Amino acid sequence: MPEKFLQIDNISVSYGANRILDGIDLHIAEGEFIALLGSSGCGKTTLLRTIAGFAQPAAGAIRVGSRDVTTLPPDRRGMALVFQSYALWPHMTVAQNIGYGLKLRRRSAADIAGTVAEMERLLGLTGLSARKPAELSGGQRQRVALGRALAINPEILLLDEPMSNLDARIRLQVRHEIRALQQKLGITTVHVTHDREEAMVMADRIVILNAGRIAQEGRPEAVYNRPQTAFVAAFMGAENKLILPGGIDGDIIAIAAGASNAACRVPRGGRMLSTGHLEARFRAEAATLEERSLAGVPNGEGLVLAGDIVDVSYPGGLWRHTVRVGSEMIQVDAPRACAPGTAVHVTIAPDNLFLFDAPAGTIPAALPHPATVLNEARVLEASPN
Amino acid sequence: MSTTNDAMPVPRSSMKRLPMMDLWWLPRALVLGLLAFVIFGPLTNLVLWTVAERWYFPNALPMSYGFSFWARVFSPRGNAMEALGNSVLVAMLTVILALALAIPAGFALARLKLPFRGLILLAFLLPQAFPNLPVYVNIARVFYQLGLNGTILGVVLVHMTHGLVFSVWIATAAFSAVDIELEQAARSVGASAIRTFRDITLPLAMPGLMASAIFVFLESLDEFTGSYFVGAPDINMLPLLLYTASGGGNYQIASITALVLLVPSIGFMLVVERFLKSDVLSKVGH
Repeated sequence: MPEKFLQIDNISVSYGANRILDGIDLHIAEGEFIALLGSSGCGKTTLLRTIAGFAQPAAGAIRVGSRDVTTLPPDRRGMALVFQSYALWPHMTVAQNIGYGLKLRRRSAADIAGTVAEMERLLGLTGLSARKPAELSGGQRQRVALGRALAINPEILLLDEPMSNLDARIRLQVRHEIRALQQKLGITTVHVTHDREEAMVMADRIVILNAGRIAQEGRPEAVYNRPQTAFVAAFMGAENKLILPGGIDGDIIAIAAGASNAACRVPRGGRMLSTGHLEARFRAEAATLEERSLAGVPNGEGLVLAGDIVDVSYPGGLWRHTVRVGSEMIQVDAPRACAPGTAVHVTIAPDNLFLFDAPAGTIPAALPHPATVLNEARVLEASPN
Repeated sequence: MSTTNDAMPVPRSSMKRLPMMDLWWLPRALVLGLLAFVIFGPLTNLVLWTVAERWYFPNALPMSYGFSFWARVFSPRGNAMEALGNSVLVAMLTVILALALAIPAGFALARLKLPFRGLILLAFLLPQAFPNLPVYVNIARVFYQLGLNGTILGVVLVHMTHGLVFSVWIATAAFSAVDIELEQAARSVGASAIRTFRDITLPLAMPGLMASAIFVFLESLDEFTGSYFVGAPDINMLPLLLYTASGGGNYQIASITALVLLVPSIGFMLVVERFLKSDVLSKVGH
């Protein structure tokens, strides 16, 4: 069954009283590249180490094809793990490091030399055979670690943040190299990272973990454009957050007018919302900026906010503006700079506006129920973040 | 303007300081000379005694030099060769037995979450915590009942009470210094636990283990009290020979024996210094 090559069923892992993973279900197809994405402490490395066999689950099962590997030791799982620290053996040369797994499999010396040379060629390590790991650069060490894992031709390749110790520039290059290699070899890969862009660029499917559970999984564009929770939206870069009054009205989500926003209606798109307050999230680059005095109220679709420019900076490409909307600060990108103090309208198109139920704790007492909202009411919450 | 103002005081102060600087070498030289004398004085005396044919009071230096005592010490009839052979044999057996215990013990103490780990490490220190003499007298009594007195095995066992402290403590530190991910990396490419230990852990811990072996070897070579109570008079060892020779006033033979004991000590110390890296040393006793 190629659809479910690596099956992770209801895996829970605890360290002492701490539950690190809580009922993880994940099915990975043969040849698929999965990125486990999450902030530090979310359990992504623990999940990878559990798959590899270095951590024992308290409950659940791991299967490769039809084999149950849950209780097998790491060396009998047909997987190879690339460590964040690379974990190259300092007393062995590059060739010995790469060839060690083959030596264990009692392959002939000529056979090993051939595979090692092939790996070195594939990874751009030719000529470094006789060097010890201490004599290599960070990027070269990373390639040796990768070569050591790939040399044994594992069924499943596990990558534990293999690029976090590389320079930013080399990292961008290595991303594509690893992805190209994975495509070429057709090897099932699970890649752990905290870098959203890295996960997006490399993976067929992204699995976002939060506090030991899967927050969302899907193709990169699906996770990016249709986050199912506020956490996923924030993690995928929708850092701007406003609490607005509103609710479901048939196939429409109606946002009531507030002190800094006009009333608007956006298509529901199957979203389930319940409470009277919504958490609206959007990306800085997904909003447009217009000077208020010039245009009047923009008549395009979407949420329109009124605010004032507080600060402007140039991170490259677009100008990044900090805009005060009510008591909240939001970031908005625009192709042209607006001077601080300018009164502006910020428009967020319906597709770019992510709406969720506002968590109970974040609705300030001062915020009235949407039924009683008046135009002058304060609708913007003062959240600590 | 400022340059002239700044420049003026400098030569003045340095001129004032110059005579002081001139005198500073005196206390330094005195201290260094004293130190050198304390360290090298007895050694020089020792070396002189090994080549002195005749040396009586009040002469400051030997009256005649020669190697006749060397010939006597190493003659087939002299018991120095036998003592040297015994000493080296006991030292090597002690090293082998101590490492055979220290390698599994050190690995377990470094890797497994043992209860009372600190207490176990401390237990190896226990024989050193008490005065040597009562400990060895009692060991000798027990060994006598067991028939181990006057045997090579008996002496080796006594030396191990010393040797295990070094070997277990240093072996534990050496295994702790091996990054556990290096072992996991081997498991990950298909090595069994035993294969991982053989190919990864042991070679990486080897410098520390070699250092501990050298310590045990030297400790055994120099050990006197235990050898005396358990080994003498059946098992003749170099320190015992040294003791009888110097007790009998034969300084030449005592000095030559001492020199023979000193050579491996100094040689191995230089090797140990290269083997024992700071990352291992920092983990001793942890």
